[in-house]
Amino acid sequence: MLTWLKSPASETQVTHGQRLWLYVLAIIIMILLVAPTLIVVPMSFSDSQYLEFPPETWSTRWYSHYLNSDEWMLATRTSFMAAFLTMLVATPMGVLAAYGLHASKVPFIRAAFVMLITPMMVPVVLIAVGAFYAYVKLQILYTMTGLVLAHSLLAIPLVLIVTGSALKSYDMNQEMAARSLGAARWKAFLTITLPQIRFAVVTSALLSFLASFDEVVIAMFISGGDNPTLTRSMFNALRDQIDPTIAAISTIMILVTTLMMALAQIFGRGKEG
Amino acid sequence: MATTDINASGLRQDERMERLKLFGLASPALLLVLVILVIPVGWLFYVSFVGADGSFSLENYERMIERKSYARIFQTTFEVSILTTGLCILIGYPLAYFMSQLPQRLANLCLLAVLLPFWTSLLVRTYAWLVLLQKQGLVNNWAISLGLWDEPLKMVHNLNGTLIGMVHIMLPFLILPTYGAMKAIDRDYLKAASNLGASPRRAFWTVFFPLSTPGLFAGSLMVFVLCLGFFVTPAILGGGRVILVSMKIVSNIELFVNWGAASALGVVLLAMTIVVLWVASRFLNLDQMTGGGH
Repeated sequence: MLTWLKSPASETQVTHGQRLWLYVLAIIIMILLVAPTLIVVPMSFSDSQYLEFPPETWSTRWYSHYLNSDEWMLATRTSFMAAFLTMLVATPMGVLAAYGLHASKVPFIRAAFVMLITPMMVPVVLIAVGAFYAYVKLQILYTMTGLVLAHSLLAIPLVLIVTGSALKSYDMNQEMAARSLGAARWKAFLTITLPQIRFAVVTSALLSFLASFDEVVIAMFISGGDNPTLTRSMFNALRDQIDPTIAAISTIMILVTTLMMALAQIFGRGKEG
Repeated sequence: MATTDINASGLRQDERMERLKLFGLASPALLLVLVILVIPVGWLFYVSFVGADGSFSLENYERMIERKSYARIFQTTFEVSILTTGLCILIGYPLAYFMSQLPQRLANLCLLAVLLPFWTSLLVRTYAWLVLLQKQGLVNNWAISLGLWDEPLKMVHNLNGTLIGMVHIMLPFLILPTYGAMKAIDRDYLKAASNLGASPRRAFWTVFFPLSTPGLFAGSLMVFVLCLGFFVTPAILGGGRVILVSMKIVSNIELFVNWGAASALGVVLLAMTIVVLWVASRFLNLDQMTGGGH
């Protein structure tokens, strides 16, 4: 231990001992980053009305309250449905756009790219208000269609960036070779290009799912009636009081996110192998 | 000769057609952005110039200048954004530096600590802080039992709570690009600086830090822009005491159904965002900013 403290830690010969403060600070910051979210998990199993940590008596009452509530179940169904459909809509749209912009060398691709990533730049409140207005006119307010379209709008930049960067490191000449051997363009894409960028496509799909599943502000405006999302119901519940049921729902949401992230990691790693 | 000319122009035309067809693949996505984002926001722009009597007027903008309450909202928005960005730099830079010094395997593990909150729903994280910081919450209870303070402090439903929550949510946006820039620094420069007699401190401040600024700058701007339009966390943790532009937009529509006022605020918010991003694009590669985090 002592020798480690005295051993050089950097190119400038600072020893580990001299930088101990940095290590301690970094570990505290990392704990502060991770702990607040994770602490909700044990709290959700507390029997008390006032979320305790560590819980004095354990129970699953908040989970049964959640599972037996028609409102929460409806919201959960809406959220999963919207996220799943957003994945199905945004992924092909984004992948096609990424491929189109990559392969086509027309002069205005730069402008098209900027337009497609504007949903990332424009404050989400503004998108929500705009969509609210548009949906009243189009009469798709509070519908699943409207929700999926708006969430796909948010997901497309993610798909475009992830798939686009995969295409950048892909050699398009392979597709040329396939075509010179007689494959149609779409066939060359499906059989040669797509299999090689599949990890990026799967990652894009998972990100699209999460983009919809976690979205709050747009859902606040355009989801409701028969189709309120989980985040919308949670937000409204949080404005009033600290309902321990939310801790149970939060735990489930953390689980979904972690699962998606783990899947993305697994598929992302495939890229290297 | 003539036939090859015809062939060449035919081929060129074919190529142009093919390019356009390929570009057409982006049209569904472009159409979606057009219908759900560009046209509605354009309409909001138009509405912001329509007065209560239905004719062209600047009253929605004049109100923003005349009324003290609006000036306060803009002031709060800037204060909160600047404070959050500053705190993120102070907390995020050391962590990014720490990670950049670790062996790759350990660094990846630490990266997970940044990515886990990054991907967790921001509503869940905001809720967590609400629970932790409340009067009977964990932080107060622990601090009192440790003797740090005697009475439960009011840490939520005010500016402090808002800042704590926002810094926690924004940190990954700063850490990821900063860490990326630090990883790209050639370590031989530091060796060279040491060789030439620079103290470790001097080598850090004159060599390492300047080379890490593109990432730090990109991350800070990202955080700042996101803070300007932030809604969820201040709405919950601010408890109505911290009113930002985005919250005023929402209340203008939900409570007062005043589209004109909401639109004008939205236009100003968008303009501020565009200015910041434009300034950023002067200094940075935009692709780096959008792709930097992943």
